[in-house]
Amino acid sequence: METFFYLATTLIYILIIVIPLMLCVAYLTLAERKIIGYMQVRIGPNRVNLSLLPLIRNLRGFGQPIADAVKLMFKEIVIPSNADRFLFVIAPILAIGPALAAWAVIPFADGWVLSDINVGLLYILAMTSIGVYGVIIAGWASNSKYAFLGALRSAAQIVSYEIAMGFALVGVLMAASSLNLGEIVSAQDGSVLHWFWLPLLPLFLVYFISGVAETNRAPFDVVEGESEIVGFHVEYSGMLFAVFFLAEYANMILISALATIMFLGGWLSPFQGIPLLETLFAWVPGLFWFVAKVAFCLFFFLWFRATFPRYRYDQIMRLGWKVFIPITLVWIVVLGLFILMKLPPWFA
Amino acid sequence: MKNGIANYIKSLFLWELIKGLRLTGRYLFDKKITVQYPDEETPQSHRFRGRHALRRYPNGEERCIACKLCEAVCPALAITIEAAPREDGTRRTTRYEIDLTKCIFCGFCEESCPVDSIVETRIFEYHGEQRGDLLMTKEKLLAEGDKVEQQLAADRAYDACYR
Repeated sequence: METFFYLATTLIYILIIVIPLMLCVAYLTLAERKIIGYMQVRIGPNRVNLSLLPLIRNLRGFGQPIADAVKLMFKEIVIPSNADRFLFVIAPILAIGPALAAWAVIPFADGWVLSDINVGLLYILAMTSIGVYGVIIAGWASNSKYAFLGALRSAAQIVSYEIAMGFALVGVLMAASSLNLGEIVSAQDGSVLHWFWLPLLPLFLVYFISGVAETNRAPFDVVEGESEIVGFHVEYSGMLFAVFFLAEYANMILISALATIMFLGGWLSPFQGIPLLETLFAWVPGLFWFVAKVAFCLFFFLWFRATFPRYRYDQIMRLGWKVFIPITLVWIVVLGLFILMKLPPWFA
Repeated sequence: MKNGIANYIKSLFLWELIKGLRLTGRYLFDKKITVQYPDEETPQSHRFRGRHALRRYPNGEERCIACKLCEAVCPALAITIEAAPREDGTRRTTRYEIDLTKCIFCGFCEESCPVDSIVETRIFEYHGEQRGDLLMTKEKLLAEGDKVEQQLAADRAYDACYR
């Protein structure tokens, strides 16, 4: 009975996390199309309204994600005749599974975390690394040379940037002297200047740019490079294809959430330490700040996509191996010196 | 050498990238230029080249004298003309067809016409539902011309001083 109760509550917690997350993914696609449209002096999707819902009836284009989802669900899933059917179907699930599982250790606010494990950072690294298997298996199971080469390409890209990312996280680990994500946030308590983005600025930039590359987003999106090169999902269609994109967007939100937790003070209020504003905004729940910061990071993902042209593949590899890894290595040494010197206000 | 170091530092601090981001960031708040087509339309030139029509004189006589200049000049070979003398002895077309699936809307036929008979109207929203719908026969062309004659005459009058 006890185990059953435990399972049921955990399941409910998971649903409480996953359902809003999926809604966020859906509306992130709309935000992306709107923001990129605005940056290209267009207005973006504005035809589908949710005319039955009273408050958002007049928000034009607000039904677009739902229309897109319905369209994709009604499309045929074509499985190539030479494909490995089992792996072909399992690959998108392998891509989205880790992207959702990683949310188990994300603290949304003080103590609001599904499982408060003390090696949260390692768990996150493990989960984001497993995602690459979805890509490889998708390319392999398609039994198409284009998909296979595309899979190898994106697998190499993801694995390369994982290293720079891992080093950036080593910096965070050193600064916070904890692997628990909640404690990492607590270590940044104080004010905006106490957050780790300042002492770890190079690592923050490397982490965020690696995150963009890791999620195969523009300008590192050779995976879907529509015009010049084909990626691992050429053979996918319908809902299976959509699941890959759900995984991509869920990963974007995950990377943004991690950047928020590790460098931007998680659920901490940005007005901390400022005499008047701090008391004025004391009633705002930590969840709000967390979501606001994640949205801020996500905006950068979209901004990058609207701004930068796609990297050439050798440039991607050069950036990952010859620029980011040296920068992170150097900064880890510098950070070690900071900690030895007990540099205030972070390491005092 | 000095320049090289400056460039190196610039790229390390993502200078060019920030400039690019600033540009797109500015456009985010710019006025949007989208014309929402079925609801709004862009202004048309009086020289707009849309679907064709054959015009008549004010007394109802068709203008075309079957000189076949348009047929000769048509680069897409979309025009087919057959001619014969009418009962009153004037030279007229017995068949005048424009295949809209071949036409490239260059306007040469209109330019070559000595009597302003074949013209291009401002109509650009049309479709065919069965085979032959996009083949403009003489009857269809004349009927088209009768329908939009006012607009055609006004456009040509406006353009007369440039011709």
